Amino acid sequence: MLAVVGTVPDQGFPLAAGKVTLKGDRIYIQGHGITVNRGTPALLAAAIKTAKTLGGPEPFGYLIGDIGLGDGSRLLYEYLTRHIKEHDFGTIAFHYVQPDVDWHNRVLLAVKEMTRRPVLIADAGFMYAAKMSGMASEYDLFAPDVGELAFLADENAPHPFYTRGFIMHEENRVPDMIARAYSHKNASRFLLVKGKEDYLADKVGIRATIKNPAEETMEAIGGTGDIVTGIAAALISADWEIDKAAAFSAWANRLAGHYSKPTPATQVIEIIDHIPWALAELFLGKK
Amino acid sequence: MLFSNLFFKQILLKTREQNPDKGILIFENTSQVIRAESILKNQGWGIRVMGPPPEIQHGCDLVIEFPLIEELNILRSLKQAGVSPLEAVPANSPLLKPVDIFQIKDYGAYLMVRAANMKLTVEKETLTIVNISGGGCPDVPYLAKELVGKTLNEAPAPREIGHTLCGYALQLAFEEMKHRCSP
Repeated sequence: MLAVVGTVPDQGFPLAAGKVTLKGDRIYIQGHGITVNRGTPALLAAAIKTAKTLGGPEPFGYLIGDIGLGDGSRLLYEYLTRHIKEHDFGTIAFHYVQPDVDWHNRVLLAVKEMTRRPVLIADAGFMYAAKMSGMASEYDLFAPDVGELAFLADENAPHPFYTRGFIMHEENRVPDMIARAYSHKNASRFLLVKGKEDYLADKVGIRATIKNPAEETMEAIGGTGDIVTGIAAALISADWEIDKAAAFSAWANRLAGHYSKPTPATQVIEIIDHIPWALAELFLGKK
Repeated sequence: MLFSNLFFKQILLKTREQNPDKGILIFENTSQVIRAESILKNQGWGIRVMGPPPEIQHGCDLVIEFPLIEELNILRSLKQAGVSPLEAVPANSPLLKPVDIFQIKDYGAYLMVRAANMKLTVEKETLTIVNISGGGCPDVPYLAKELVGKTLNEAPAPREIGHTLCGYALQLAFEEMKHRCSP
């Protein structure tokens, strides 16, 4: 089963742990609902659409409200250290939480004490904490965009905000940044880099480049990276190999985006709605 | 598994001592440090006063260590109290500076500005913010909710309602966009 850990942009949203469902443009957990816009709700919506297409179960969510004050995130971290071992998840995707190295380490220790080691995916704030803690190699998949890849590649940067200029300038040299991230042990077993071209890489080098369909406007649309991570997490949870799931998710996101006929003003839910068609087409091998 | 977890715990303790997610606030004089410490402690921040690292060649003999991610929120609190620091820098690499490189993408009717990990897109004709993408801190979805659909002039500045370094990066993109869209 897939577990997703993250926050929602509603300060009054309580800590909730349970099955997550999707109805229209809202996700629900333990009777609490929130609109899918971007962030963890978008990841969950994409994962649910994928699981439904595969005939699998809905994901288990650990969610709380946090608008950046970090209060919700700290409650969530603390809850995870006490309760994550109660379940036997095959895959855990950690997402939007306030990066905090000490709490990250405590959660990672709790995960290591689980009966079965799950596949570990980290994206967004949790990926920042994983890199800062020096524990990136404990993870199976990171899903950075190009700006976040520069942060992973800069061994000194504690956050993308402080990435050094000479690395930021390497935007057109993604393969070099990937190599640099691995050389400083700041990358997970697999990296899925999202951008104009998506790259799947490991410590040996780039294993796949996904270029089509190309919709340049996707970069401007908030939440498209969350879709990729959500699809990948659902596929991995359905026993797909991590590298195949990651590359496939990048492809599916591009196709769903293509079907939505995106402009820079498109909102992510419009793309999420097209995920089933994209998956169906890819499963049928038409593309 | 027991031994490997014990070994892992040792590594984690070592990481904690290295303070990779801490920043330091540099002030002009010691009385400002004392005042800032009092303000931040009263607000519940996990901070401590310490000696400056050797790389710091300016300011007084004391600095305040703080949670770096929440830099935007902490700087706003200190500004409101009239005790802004000379500088806020990462504790482990005090010479690092915030990003000052902007990537610009022109989509015809829309313009996108990226600063570090944050991207802001506006419709050129109306100056309406149509999308915010990137980032990983929890204030990013909140900032998007508050800014998208408003014009550059109507929207609150990310520095006013954001809390983290992602919010700070969005502020830089917001300022750059305003600069580029000003007549």
